Parts: sequence; C-alpha cells; structure tokens
Amino acid sequence: MNGLTRRTLLQGGTALAAAGALTGPALFDFAKAWADTAPWKAESGAKLTVMRWKRFVPSEDEAFNAIVAAFSKATGTEMNVFSESFEDVQPKASVAANTGSGLDLAWGLHTLPQLFPTKVLKMNDVADYLGKKYGGWTDAAAKTCKLGDDWLGIPIATNGGYMNYRKSATDKAGFKEFPKDFPTFLEMCKALKANNTPAGFALGHATGDANGWLHWILWGHNAWTVDQNDKVVINSPETMKALEYCKALSDTFIPGVASWNDSSNNKAFLAGELYCTLNGISIYVAEKNDPSKKELAEDTYHALHPIGPIGKPTELQLALPILAFNFTKYPNAAKAFIAFMLEKDQFEKWLQGSQGYLTQTLNAYENAPIWTADPKNTVFSQASKRTLPASGIGTVGEKAAEAIANFIVVDMFANYCTGAKDAKGSIAEAERQLKRIYR
Amino acid sequence: MADVAIAPRAGSPKSQIREATAWEQLKHNRNWLGFWFMLPAMAFLILFLAYPLGLGVWLSFTDTKIGRIGEFIGTENYEWLWGDDVFWLSVFNTVLYTAVASTIKFAVGLYLALLLNENLPLKAMLRALVLIPFIVPTVLSAIAFWWIFDSQFSIISWSLKNLGLITQNINFLGDTTWARICVIFANIWRGVPFVAITLLAGLQTVQPSLYEAATLDGASSWQRFRYITYPLLTPIIAVVMTFSVLFTFTDFQLIWVLTRGGPVNATQLMATLSYQRAIIGGQLGEGAAISTAMIPFLLAAIMISWFGLQRRKWQQGESND
Repeated sequence: MNGLTRRTLLQGGTALAAAGALTGPALFDFAKAWADTAPWKAESGAKLTVMRWKRFVPSEDEAFNAIVAAFSKATGTEMNVFSESFEDVQPKASVAANTGSGLDLAWGLHTLPQLFPTKVLKMNDVADYLGKKYGGWTDAAAKTCKLGDDWLGIPIATNGGYMNYRKSATDKAGFKEFPKDFPTFLEMCKALKANNTPAGFALGHATGDANGWLHWILWGHNAWTVDQNDKVVINSPETMKALEYCKALSDTFIPGVASWNDSSNNKAFLAGELYCTLNGISIYVAEKNDPSKKELAEDTYHALHPIGPIGKPTELQLALPILAFNFTKYPNAAKAFIAFMLEKDQFEKWLQGSQGYLTQTLNAYENAPIWTADPKNTVFSQASKRTLPASGIGTVGEKAAEAIANFIVVDMFANYCTGAKDAKGSIAEAERQLKRIYR
Repeated sequence: MADVAIAPRAGSPKSQIREATAWEQLKHNRNWLGFWFMLPAMAFLILFLAYPLGLGVWLSFTDTKIGRIGEFIGTENYEWLWGDDVFWLSVFNTVLYTAVASTIKFAVGLYLALLLNENLPLKAMLRALVLIPFIVPTVLSAIAFWWIFDSQFSIISWSLKNLGLITQNINFLGDTTWARICVIFANIWRGVPFVAITLLAGLQTVQPSLYEAATLDGASSWQRFRYITYPLLTPIIAVVMTFSVLFTFTDFQLIWVLTRGGPVNATQLMATLSYQRAIIGGQLGEGAAISTAMIPFLLAAIMISWFGLQRRKWQQGESND
C-alpha cells in the first residue's frame, strides 16, 4: 500500500468501499501498477457513469464490481455503475445519445454502437492495444464494433447460447448423441414430444433467445435478410424452406412459446417441464447453485447448434459491446477502464465468475481455466468464434441493428408458425419492412 | 377648442394630465391583468402539453432517428403506415380493445354503483374495497396477471388441471384469441373501480324525493332507473366514459408487461407499436406518426361526449353555451 499517493487516497477513498472489500489486495496492487503504466491516464477528478445490462449470474456481477472498485481506487476515478434489463439498455442508451448527457459508458447488446456511430468515442487505440496483447479479436466480434476501419466500441464478450437439453429425455427418445444436422434435430424434437418431454424455443419478442435461434434456422438454410451488398433478399426459396422447417419444428414445442420472453424458457426448464431449448449457461448455473436441483443439474447437458443445409455453423450469438459516448468529459478514463477490464488479471477472474455466461472475444482467452473446469462449460467457449455478426452476410451497421431491434425475422417466423399468416404473407411483410430499413 | 385641448398634451410632457404609458397600461388595465394571471397556466400548458404535441406531430413528418436530427419528408411516414399490415392490425386491436373493455367496464361499473348505492351492511368498507384494483400500481397488477396467465405456471391452468377439467395448460398469452381476452380482462379489472365510484358519486346527487314520487306513482324499479336515474346520470356518464375511453385507447403499461404486443402482434395497440418502432426500433419519426394517428380517434371520442353533454343541457331547458 506504500504506492498510494495522497491524490488516490483522497479520491478513491469514498468510491465503492463496500465492493472494494471483495477485490483483495492482489487485484488492487495490480490495478495500481497498471494505472501507472497504462497508455491512458484517467483525467484528474474523473467521474464515469456506466450503464450495463442486468446480470443473470450473480457471481459475474460480483467479479465485475470488483474490477470497477479496483479501477476506481487505482485511478481515482469515481465510478457510478447501474444496470438495466436487456430490453431497457438500448432505449436508455439511445436517449443518452439523443440528449448528449446522462451516461459516459454503455455496455449493451448486439451492435449497439452501430446505432449511433456519430455519438461514440472512437476506440481504435484501445482495440489495437488489446488485440496485439491478447492474440487478436475474433472475426464476428470485430465486425460487430467496426465501421470501416474505425472501432465504435469494444466487444467485451459474447453471451453464448447453446442447446440445453435433458440427457435422460434425449436418450429415451433414442438419440444417444445430440443431433448434428437439421433433419435429425427435427426427428428428435418429434420424439421428445411423443414422450411428453417437449422441446421449446421462444417465438415471442425475446431479444436474445428468439433472435438467436430463428436467425440460426434462417441462415442455416442459406437464407438471408440481405446479401453482401445489403440488397434485400429475404424473398427466396431458401426462406420458404426455412419457414417450413421451422413450422414442423414448432409443432413439436411445448405450448405457449409465442408468448415467451427471454426468461420464460429458463423458468420452464428449471421447473422440469421443458427438455430442450436454446439458452445461455444461466439455466445450468442456476441448477448448480440450488441444492434441490442437483439431479436436474446432473441431467442437463449442452451441445452446439446442429448444422443446417448450408454446411457450416450459422449461429447468432449475443454480442456484448461497450461504448463510450463522445460527449463524455473523461475520454481517457473511459478508455482506461475498458482496457483495464480486458487485461488478463481481471478478465480471467471475470470469466470464472460468470461461470460460462460470458465468452471471450480475444483469442488468447480461449484457454482460460473456466472452459475446462467443468466439461459442460466447454461448448460455450466457442460462442465468439462460431457466431456470425447480427447482419449475417450483409454489412454490420445501423440498418442491421434496426432490423434485429424490430424483430423482423422473429415476427416472420412467428407469423407463419402460429398460423397468423401464410408463408408468402409472412415473407412479404418482412420484405417490406427490410426494404424500408435498407432503402 | 380642439386645438387648445390637444396642444398642451402634445407639446409639454410635464403636463399634469398625461397619457398612461404602454407599460402602465400593461400593469393596470383590467384586460391585461387578466392576461397576466392566465400567463403561468398558459406557459405551463404550452410548455408541457402544446409543445410536446406539436413536436410529436412535427417529428411524424420527418425521418428522425434516435440520436440523429431528421429531415422533413412530408407524409412519407404516413404513406408507409398506410400500407403496413402491422399498423392496421394495431388500429383494429386498439379499437377492439377500447370498445369491448369500455363497454364491459361501463356495464359492470354501473351495476356495481347501483349495488353500492343501496343500503348494504358495511357500506363504507365495501366502497373502499372496490377501489383496490384502481389503487394498485398498474405495473404491479400487470405482473400479477402475467403470472396468472403464464403459459407454464398459470394458477388457473393448474387449478383446472387438478380438478380434472382440462389435461393441458391453457395457452393464455400464446394464443392470439386468448391473449386478447386476457389483456381485455386485465384492463376491465383495473378500470371498473373508476367507473363504479364515479357513477356512485353521480347516483348520490339524485334527490330521493324523485324516487319517492315515482314510487307513489307506482313506478317499477326498472322504470325508476330508466326515467329517473338514467337521465339524471347522463352527464356524469358522458364524462366518465370519455375518460374511460381515453385511458383505454392509450393504454400501454398493461400490454407491455403482459404481452409486449405479442403473440405475433395480436395485442399490439397503437401505443405499444409506437413505442416499439420509435424507442426500441429507433425510428422516432415513424413512431411519432403512429402516435399522431391516434389523435383523430381521441378527438372523436371527446367530440361524441361533448355533444352528448350539450344535448343533455338542452333537455334540461338550459341554453347551450
């Protein structure tokens, strides 16, 4: 503690004292040393207001808070962190962008920084620094945050969603190994339904879950909302096939999926009523943390998405980029904080705390201990590598973000699967909306 | 004479009888004073009502996105909405939601008010109890309904299953028809107390002597309601129903918590669609256009009750104002 200067003592003393207790001296010492040598020096008297999405795994939040506290103490930056539910992060960030006040940093979902490219602080130096130090960024993560050669934000992590299934049920259905292609997957879901142990995937406006699995089905059939030149190509025979496949699949689902939000499948799976779904690792973590759900935890397994006719992975994982607004008074503190979070000493502990909920976007962390600590975690280490950006094969940007935010693909599938519209009508509606966005 | 009278005024400013300056007029003139007293209220209304309304209408003619100033694009947003199935579905849903919910709220509310107007034991207590759904914050009651109608954990499905009446959970919020029924039910539950208590207040103003006279004339209870209660209650019915229709038409919280407009937009109201497109989707201009499109409907609702009220006054022999 001899390295403390009078300034850091004065400024860091009040900030986050409670959370500071969790950090331990090691993290703090590192933070102090880091702050002294970091390329970005926090402005004196800096204050950062950070909005993040509300955690699903408590220990992830604790690890995050420990990082915040260490950063705060080491740099004398006053940190004000608050969290919002998935659905509210984007509107709040948008309002901040619109009014030019209220937030310095926003840690959000999908391609958030692309929604207001003129309002963010360019992160090129931070991305270079971290990329060089930690083996480069994964492809999709980089695309999510880049506009041309500029980094609009930093891809902190990916929230991987994979197949969560009850081994006893799939075994009983006659599938010792989880299906690797679309036809077998459909057969398994039919068998699960016949055994009264149904699968279920959200068809409602579930930002993470519904967008995730329906884009996978769409892309898996080599159907896309737009092509490489951002021309709308949703009206294609491939989309038709994707709709038919999805309809057959949804006929095997547990009732109610059309009303599901992001938490519905977690609840149903934990209640033992749902036997296969697409979700982050949060279900498994909740089972492990609840002694009464020990058997459920032992029976829960994870698998990669089956591969569609296209012949390669077409996952849409939830990117979690952070951005700093260009109206922040403390750009250096903001950059320093982002860089600090992704340094090995913090980030590996954070991954550990998240228990597999977060996946690294920097290649060097692929060997982080969390992925081998429990074999059921391993699948999730692939999330940042196997995902496509939210735009599919089109350009990442505001338009792709808007298409996702408006649930265009989700509604197209839901319209057809629930019988609200025929296939042509569902596609036509999506096409019309996409054409307006991509005009 | 005229010259003499005018000359000193124009000529010497030091004259004792001088013209009040403009400033003094503004200070002391009664008409201006009235204006000054109105000013705070006017400023308040302009700042918080007229300006946002005007801004909303203006935004609807631009392509403003969140975080970006838009350009004037004329009626492009409206033309786009005109051909948008989801928008028309939301108009249909809103009208259906408002019509069904308001009608039932009125019927149930009036019935409750008539009941509560009788001499019941524990009258005060009962009247207070009726208000409970109105007092509970909307979001809280909506979350409670969300659990009650949950596709997996619904208490209704569970009870019916345990009674052996059904074998599978009822798909309350996942089926388009059920979802509409559920949101309308929740809205009625919440809106009935307002109608009931206000109508009750109206009922209490009816003079008992009228009923006595009618009873002496041998009027049946239906006749007493039809020819005394109902006509005297009409003005308050008009006011209550205007408010009820306005509240229902612009409902947002209940729908957003229960269904977010789903399944497949079956419960998407104009208000929720506006939020989805403007705030979630980022297209402020289009969202504003949807909100603006609500104005004619709301004006129509106000006009109907306004003219209803006027007719009432005319019936009572008062002059129209």
